[in-house]
Amino acid sequence: MGELKALLWKEITLEWRQRYALSGMLLYMVSTVFVCYLSFALKNNQLTPIVWNTLFWIILLFTAVNAIAKSFSQERYGRLIYYYSLCSPQSIILSKIIYNGLLMVVLSLTGFGFYALVMGNPVGDLGLYLISILLAAVGFASVLTLVAGIASKAENNATLMAVLSFPILLPMLLMTINLSKNALDGLDWDVSMDEIRTLLALDAIVITLSYLLFPYLWRS
Amino acid sequence: MRKKWWKILCILLLLYVVIMGFVGPVPRLAIVNETVRNTYFHVALWLAMTTLLLASMLFSLKYLRDGKPQSDDIASELARSGLFYGILGCLTGSVWANFTWGDPWPNDPKLNGAAVGILMYLAYFLLRGSFDDEQRRARIASVYNIFAFAVFVPLIYILPRLTDSLHPGSGGNSTFASFDLDSQLRMVFYPAVIGWILLGLWLAELRVRLKIIQRAQQDRLLNAPR
Repeated sequence: MGELKALLWKEITLEWRQRYALSGMLLYMVSTVFVCYLSFALKNNQLTPIVWNTLFWIILLFTAVNAIAKSFSQERYGRLIYYYSLCSPQSIILSKIIYNGLLMVVLSLTGFGFYALVMGNPVGDLGLYLISILLAAVGFASVLTLVAGIASKAENNATLMAVLSFPILLPMLLMTINLSKNALDGLDWDVSMDEIRTLLALDAIVITLSYLLFPYLWRS
Repeated sequence: MRKKWWKILCILLLLYVVIMGFVGPVPRLAIVNETVRNTYFHVALWLAMTTLLLASMLFSLKYLRDGKPQSDDIASELARSGLFYGILGCLTGSVWANFTWGDPWPNDPKLNGAAVGILMYLAYFLLRGSFDDEQRRARIASVYNIFAFAVFVPLIYILPRLTDSLHPGSGGNSTFASFDLDSQLRMVFYPAVIGWILLGLWLAELRVRLKIIQRAQQDRLLNAPR
């Protein structure tokens, strides 16, 4: 537990010291939103809610892939060996998942705020929408952390990261789009219980698998 | 490993399936009509694919436990024949959909799930290709294989049930069991599944043996006296 906390704290301090990376990601997100805004040449809410929703999730998907891709490659090889000798792989992967989850929550909330600001905000049930963002952030973070670990072992990291993670993220993305569509229409929460349960189950599967499989990845 | 009986069984079963599939009696049904014969090919191929991919995942798991390169060879070749079946399943499904739903690729969650599944396994082979070191490749590909299979199952069997699908058994459509009152289909369908699985294993076995020979040749080349 103490190990986990120390590792998590290390991730946060590291990020804080290289603030340009964090602001780079925020800027990436903001400029993508802005590009979309200008390309659609919006006058007054010409975007249908479905397009609005899908566009937001696609922007978020690309931001997530870019943000998490560096979570293993930013540290030098020697330092990874140092961690290897110090702590258990389980606490490393958990700390990375928690850290990336937090990062994704921050990124997606900021992104959502800016997106709603420029593109208009047709969301009917804000609470449910935030829940879907939260669930997606956790799910994306846990899938992408393991995939980043896999991709960092190979060359041509960037392509591999996208190719490996997109198909795996897809079930999650589809469920989230469904859920957030319900939130957008302001439907009753009972309607969305199925989606919430499926998303929670998917998150649980992915986190458990990362926890179990990462030690094998770490050893090589 | 070198037993012949299952290969003979495979040939006999598939001969039976092909003959019964094209000329045997089938129930008369509205809309589906004669295309119901495709059950022996399309549905059976999907089931065989899932079985092969499951077996591939189990061998990946075995590799992570025992570290023998042969387990990884078997896992990768099983995945390859599973992928081959997936593509065949898509093609046969396309033919079927063209005649019953009027479109070779209708927008259906199960179809899209299948396409994504194929992408997943293509990515698996891409990942394998990007390593030179054999041990590293085997270990990392095994990790990805297990991870991919765990996502593949909900993608193809659970998610389509939550949304409306054109396929039987989801979105209020009846399942095939209700069409098949006199078990005519079943008499051919079960042998078809077993036959296709055996054929997939055969394909995988041939490639595994090829790999073993290649490895032996490489070793001989490396150890050759100069």
